[in-house]
Amino acid sequence: LCPGCEFLFPQASIMFAQCTQKCASSVLLMVLLYCILSPPAQASKSLQDIRCKCICPPYRNISGHIYKKNVLQKDCNCLHVVEPMPVPGNDVEAYCLLCECKYEERSTTTIKVIIIIYLSVVGALLLYMAFLVLVDPLIRKPDAYTQPLHNEEENEDGRSLAAAPISSGARANTVLERVEGAQQRWKRQVQEQRKTVFDRHKMLS
Amino acid sequence: GFSSYNGGGMNGTSTMMDFLEEPLPGVGTYEDFNTIDWVREKSRDRDRHREITSKSKESTWALIHSVSDAFSGWLLMLLIGLLAGSLAGLIDISAHWMTDLKEGVCLAGFWFNHEHCCWKSNTTFTDRDKCPEWKSWSQLILGYGEGAFAYILNYFMYVIWALLFSLLAVLLVKGFAPYACGSGIPEIKTILSGFIIRGYLGKWTLIIKTITLVLAVSSGLSLGKEGPLVHVACCCGNILCHLFTKYRKNEAKRREVLSAAAAAGVSVAFGAPIGGVLFSLEEVSYYFPLKTLWRSFFAALVAAFTLRSINPFGNSRLVLFYVEFHMPWHLLELVPFILLGIFGGLWGAFFIRSNIAWCRRRKTTKLGKYPVLEVFAVTAITAVLAFPNEYTRMSTSELISELFNDCGILDSSKLCEYVNDFNSTKGDDLPDRAAGPGVYTAMWQLALALVMKVFITIFTFGMKVPSGLFIPSMAVGAIAGRMLGVAMEQLAFYHHDWAIFSGWCSPGADCITPGLYAMVGAAACLGGVTRMTVSLVVIMFELTGGLEYIVPLMAAAMTSKWVADAIGREGIYDAHIRLNGYPFLEAKEEFSHKTLAMDVMRPRRNDPPLTVITQDSMTVEDVETIINETTYSGYPVVVSRESQRLVGFVLRRDLIISVENARKKQDGIVSTSIIYFTDHSPPLPPSSPSMLKLRSILDLSPFTVTDQTPMEIVVDIFRKLGLRQCLVTHNGKLLGIITKKDVLKHIAQLANQDPDSILFN
Repeated sequence: LCPGCEFLFPQASIMFAQCTQKCASSVLLMVLLYCILSPPAQASKSLQDIRCKCICPPYRNISGHIYKKNVLQKDCNCLHVVEPMPVPGNDVEAYCLLCECKYEERSTTTIKVIIIIYLSVVGALLLYMAFLVLVDPLIRKPDAYTQPLHNEEENEDGRSLAAAPISSGARANTVLERVEGAQQRWKRQVQEQRKTVFDRHKMLS
Repeated sequence: GFSSYNGGGMNGTSTMMDFLEEPLPGVGTYEDFNTIDWVREKSRDRDRHREITSKSKESTWALIHSVSDAFSGWLLMLLIGLLAGSLAGLIDISAHWMTDLKEGVCLAGFWFNHEHCCWKSNTTFTDRDKCPEWKSWSQLILGYGEGAFAYILNYFMYVIWALLFSLLAVLLVKGFAPYACGSGIPEIKTILSGFIIRGYLGKWTLIIKTITLVLAVSSGLSLGKEGPLVHVACCCGNILCHLFTKYRKNEAKRREVLSAAAAAGVSVAFGAPIGGVLFSLEEVSYYFPLKTLWRSFFAALVAAFTLRSINPFGNSRLVLFYVEFHMPWHLLELVPFILLGIFGGLWGAFFIRSNIAWCRRRKTTKLGKYPVLEVFAVTAITAVLAFPNEYTRMSTSELISELFNDCGILDSSKLCEYVNDFNSTKGDDLPDRAAGPGVYTAMWQLALALVMKVFITIFTFGMKVPSGLFIPSMAVGAIAGRMLGVAMEQLAFYHHDWAIFSGWCSPGADCITPGLYAMVGAAACLGGVTRMTVSLVVIMFELTGGLEYIVPLMAAAMTSKWVADAIGREGIYDAHIRLNGYPFLEAKEEFSHKTLAMDVMRPRRNDPPLTVITQDSMTVEDVETIINETTYSGYPVVVSRESQRLVGFVLRRDLIISVENARKKQDGIVSTSIIYFTDHSPPLPPSSPSMLKLRSILDLSPFTVTDQTPMEIVVDIFRKLGLRQCLVTHNGKLLGIITKKDVLKHIAQLANQDPDSILFN
């Protein structure tokens, strides 16, 4: 990532070198951050995204009107934007005093990127939930008998000997098995949380 | 390595032998739902710092390491600010878009909300919202937008979208991260006071909370996003702590970072960095050292700046309801402001009582078994009742923005439909005018909206979706304030010859600003519910950008706090902490009873004697029996059972890990091996099995009080030092133990009785 970083931040660089799953998700968050911040930083001010909005109230027998024009900030005043001028020359100053002109800027790219990121995350979560609810039990059918027993035991043991980390060095070697293990642990965690919040109402009323 | 700070000798001295015994992984960490030991964490951090400083003189590399260690705190604050600001920008933009999705869609690009859709096209003065690119659902489906059938179709689509969003939110919460529901502030308060809740500030909770917060806000439910934003910011803080060893391994340092993250969360919610820091100081944090003050401010500023550069609202403002008027107010207007304060206090007390009663019902009866159905029902009721009234149909932030807004000639909303006399207009400064028919319609619609919001929020706060309280309270206050302001304005216009008005309010002058009344009302209601003081006033005046209104805001906030405190002592967050039974030792209240330490300590008179471990005469089997038979989180170590002289205190978790590890890894450790905590092994015949030395896990400096110590001093010690347990001695001998839970139970017991009448010893 950054050549000087190892020199300056030894802790952080050692951490990144031994990247565990936790670290990978932090990196993902950084990437997300960069994605969100870079569009506004790099977006050039296309004329589509700037405007000057002048609101002119009803004046004598002229009704109220809103004028919008894509001009730069230096030209954002009544004389440049209000066209065609509804009052004759000597009244222009009085009319313009009533009008209020504001310069506004927006970034359509940021909006588009953010909405698309949001919808894709929601879609991904929904797909994952559908997978967990529908497809996963079918894949794991052979383990259905051992799973409930295993869970009960884990819960009881977990309370008195929760300290020792689960050392299963020889088994979890391949990436797939490690991902499986992590997913199982996460599912157990969510189940515990669900029991605490929804069933026992111990937390969060 | 870094692990040597973690437990090698509690009092700092380490001999040659101790270095060979590296502490095991897991020793020094805490179990879920336990309290941390502040003293131990702080002393560990000091040891680590001392080690780095002493090593830094040895080589340049070590010097750079020490500089980067000092710098890491600031880097962490910067990262937290960036991440919190970006997530807040994402939440704002998505929520804004999805709220408008209930009413229609933009043909020029589905990702535009209503305002951005009509950005370029020409809109008329009176119908600023209509433009050809934005189609409401009835226009899209039927082809036309007016008429009864189109109205019913719009109504139907609104309710369907609202139900869809809220159902999605509750399913995601239930399926992926059950800890993501609720506001989060009571739990964060408990965590910051030293409690451990594993997973509460994890990455899944962060993702789900962000996503479902947008869904919950967009579904039109009467909730806000400020409280959950604090939770989101604290999750960011916790996750980023894992990048730095200094904060990952030390729970006390981590809580300093979480305090700063909470400040950043409020800062992006309101666009108020100073208010955020004060909120973190006053409401959320337990210990707030001065170093944290500067760092919190830095994090809050970075977060606010990041949000500003994302520019979610297109006007370089961080909050939708930023106001910019600077009209003066008159001293006599303090009377209605104080009235608003009284209203805020009454509403706050009423809301807390009813919400806690409803949440208690949800906790204990069958209502709690159907969370998804509950969310569905509440959303259905809210959506069905909200659509007909235009003031409840719009999002609550927009409502507040419209109520805070002062009417000028450029406004054409119903609330600003006054009877205009064009010959007397002088520039933009409009005098007080008679109310037109639009204003009267708006008034009764607002009254209906007020009643609806008052009641529906009681059932909404605490549901199983992320829900905040700030915006609904401000809405209730703003509606009440605006109504009072318009009433005052009309009173001053029609009766300008009365004595109270003639002095300052001549006809043709602009004396009463209803927008200001709305602001003061919002502050009063928010103060009544949360009992914030300084932070509330600072947030409100950072929102308005003007120092002129500090006095009315303070008057209303103080009155509302006094009125609310007279009715019920606790704010909403403390009430929820008490409802859930979290082990939170309230730092603000005085302990005023005359009990002594021996009245609270365990064991009581009829209990079995204190379970102790002797320093060098118990076997591994004895210790394991004790661990299996009792569930205490720690055991005192004494010289011998006869003398009961105190040596130290050992924690259950550390004991379990060490004994298990010794059985597996060390040679010759069997059930009859002696465990000793002394420096040198006790003299034993050579045929006995090898002994297990566990001095490294023993805390040699436990806190002790005598049995005659008044409980008010004991409670003070617990609060100020953050203890988990305290040993009680009598004439130098160990008598019993007081844990934090015992103190909490004692305080709760005494709260139901008269303070002066209890003198049991």
